[in-house]
Amino acid sequence: MSKAVLFFAEQNNGQFRKSAFEVATAGRQVADALGGELVAAVVGDAIADSATTLGAYGVDKVIAAENTDFHYYSPEGFTQALIDIITELEPGVVLFPATSLGSDLAPRVAAKLGVGLASDCTELFVVDGKLEIKRPIYAGKAYIRVAFNSEPQMATLRSNVFSAQKQQEGKEAAVEKIQVNVAEGKSKSSVKEFRPMGGDRIELTEADIIVSGGRGMREPGNFAILEELAKELGAAVGASRAAVDAGWRPHSDQVGQTGKTVSPNLYIAVGISGAIQHLAGMSSSKYIVAINKDPEAPIFKKADYGIVGDLFEIVPALTEEVRKLKSS
Amino acid sequence: MNIVVCMKQVPDTETKVRIGADGKTIDPTDVNYVINPYDEFAIEEALRIKEKLGEGEVTILSLGPERATTAIRSALAMGADKGVLLKTDDTYLDSHAVATGLANALKEMKYDLIFLGKQAIDDDSAQIGPRLSVLLDIPCITVVTKLELEDGKIIAEREVEGGTQVIEASLPAIVTAQKGLNEPRYASLKGIMMAKKKPIEEKSPVMEEAKISVLKMEYPPERKGGKIVGSGKEAVPELVKLLHEEAKVI
Ligand SMILES: Cc1cc2nc3c(=O)[nH]c(=O)nc-3n(C[C@H](O)[C@H](O)[C@H](O)COP(=O)(O)OP(=O)(O)OC[C@H]3O[C@@H](n4cnc5c(N)ncnc54)[C@H](O)[C@@H]3O)c2cc1C
Ligand SMILES: Nc1ncnc2c1ncn2[C@@H]1O[C@H](COP(=O)(O)O)[C@@H](O)[C@H]1O
Repeated sequence: MSKAVLFFAEQNNGQFRKSAFEVATAGRQVADALGGELVAAVVGDAIADSATTLGAYGVDKVIAAENTDFHYYSPEGFTQALIDIITELEPGVVLFPATSLGSDLAPRVAAKLGVGLASDCTELFVVDGKLEIKRPIYAGKAYIRVAFNSEPQMATLRSNVFSAQKQQEGKEAAVEKIQVNVAEGKSKSSVKEFRPMGGDRIELTEADIIVSGGRGMREPGNFAILEELAKELGAAVGASRAAVDAGWRPHSDQVGQTGKTVSPNLYIAVGISGAIQHLAGMSSSKYIVAINKDPEAPIFKKADYGIVGDLFEIVPALTEEVRKLKSS
Repeated sequence: MNIVVCMKQVPDTETKVRIGADGKTIDPTDVNYVINPYDEFAIEEALRIKEKLGEGEVTILSLGPERATTAIRSALAMGADKGVLLKTDDTYLDSHAVATGLANALKEMKYDLIFLGKQAIDDDSAQIGPRLSVLLDIPCITVVTKLELEDGKIIAEREVEGGTQVIEASLPAIVTAQKGLNEPRYASLKGIMMAKKKPIEEKSPVMEEAKISVLKMEYPPERKGGKIVGSGKEAVPELVKLLHEEAKVI
């Protein structure tokens, strides 16, 4: 195995996702520690010229698997593409984003190679030329540090944890195009349709700021005041399970042990008590703000800043104050 | 239609994790074990399909220690027909080991559909479904919130960033269940009584060795004691100032 680090650069219609730059930045650090090159794997139907721009994030080379069958994600096709690239490059480390696509694809590649995979990692270390990773278990109630007994050493990286940093503005990466033997990776399932969520909704797991509402919101219409605050902050709106189970918000908005695990810079919990299952999903946020009328609510023990009081009075005032700040 | 549900027994969500004496696993004292919450959606979906078709068999397949029998029994009480326990001791297993163990057992079984949860809430790996897809060479649709069965194929909806994907696959296929797929039933008293008579077969799994080893387990960094900025809307300007100047997050 070589010292090369390969990572899957996820793109959507020729646009790289934020996670692609995050994984590139983390991959660059691992490659430097190993003394190897950083290579991006790009899979799609028309790989845009923008692939060269990955160079700015320290990518030495891009291997692009272009195929007309790759407009939508095809599990078998993408797996075959990665296997082809890995067979050619023989990297020591392979990294994926822990996005929907990355989390579906990485275990298939690992199973094909018969190797270990560490999911949803939050820290990477290189010790004696080998990768060690840290990842949350029990939705963040504990962390484990693990090492690999197989190569390539594979991991998916949690979104929003590794910050994307440009190394050299304008540097271009060389792009090598390869043909994938799609017949071998013939798709047994196919995407028939994609229904966009509408609007410019910010993805919870990728958001820098999240405003979440709980049972204290009392009824679905009241989430409008959170939407307004979120708009002012450029934030995503989340919910506790109580709000989801009441049918006020869709399941995809749930934060917690059986919902999404998030780690934004700022998490504002509104009318949420702070049950253990909720805390599990958001405790790794950088800053937590709690707004709750009950001074004994457990959420205050985790919050960096809290305001005790009626959310229906506080949230609109907060929106107003943020608006003032932004316009000053 | 033969449906197999892969089910894991896990510590319930109330569990306060305490690190065990070996520093690598959790201390099982006072831990209450339950069916993995996502696997409840998987079991429910399997039962609904069987009920709708009016024929078929739902088998629960679980790899784990003896205590997992309790979770299998709970699934039988919900309405599953029989259980298979691939009995292990309580040592650490990674996704590679578990997937090979389940795949080898499945190769000896009859299945048109295999259901799993989207992830186990103890290891949070979300790997077994897609791994089985490769090991059994059948399609797998992950994180499914809606499922329809239509002459020999399935049409599923899955949540992804920015929207919903609609995916079609031929049978046999693997589906991993996400919350929202259905509302799992509670076992009835009659179900609980009947479950006692349903068969649970015990076997030794044929597994490959783990490819990942745990070096240590640690607690998350303690969050420092919170600061109550004040009460009521009068506290809002101070909060915004702190967020802007101290935390620098807005
Ligand atoms: C298997 C399982 C899995 C679970 N998974 C999750 C999960 O993933 N995510 C999750 O969130 N929960 C989860 N839960 C549920 C969890 O145990 C709690 O029931 C839930 O988080 C409570 O939601 P809440 O805080 O919105 O409601 P409550 O606990 O009812 O709290 C409402 C809060 O609002 C405050 N409030 C009310 N009115 C006002 C007002 N006008 N102004 C200000 N404050 C007000 C109250 O003081 C109270 O603190 C799970 C439970 C189980 C059993
Ligand atoms: N030991 C096991 N026995 C049976 N099924 C399992 C086991 N471990 C995981 N699974 C199944 O695989 C799903 C995903 O688990 P994981 O990949 O460990 O997060 C679970 O929801 C179960 O359906």
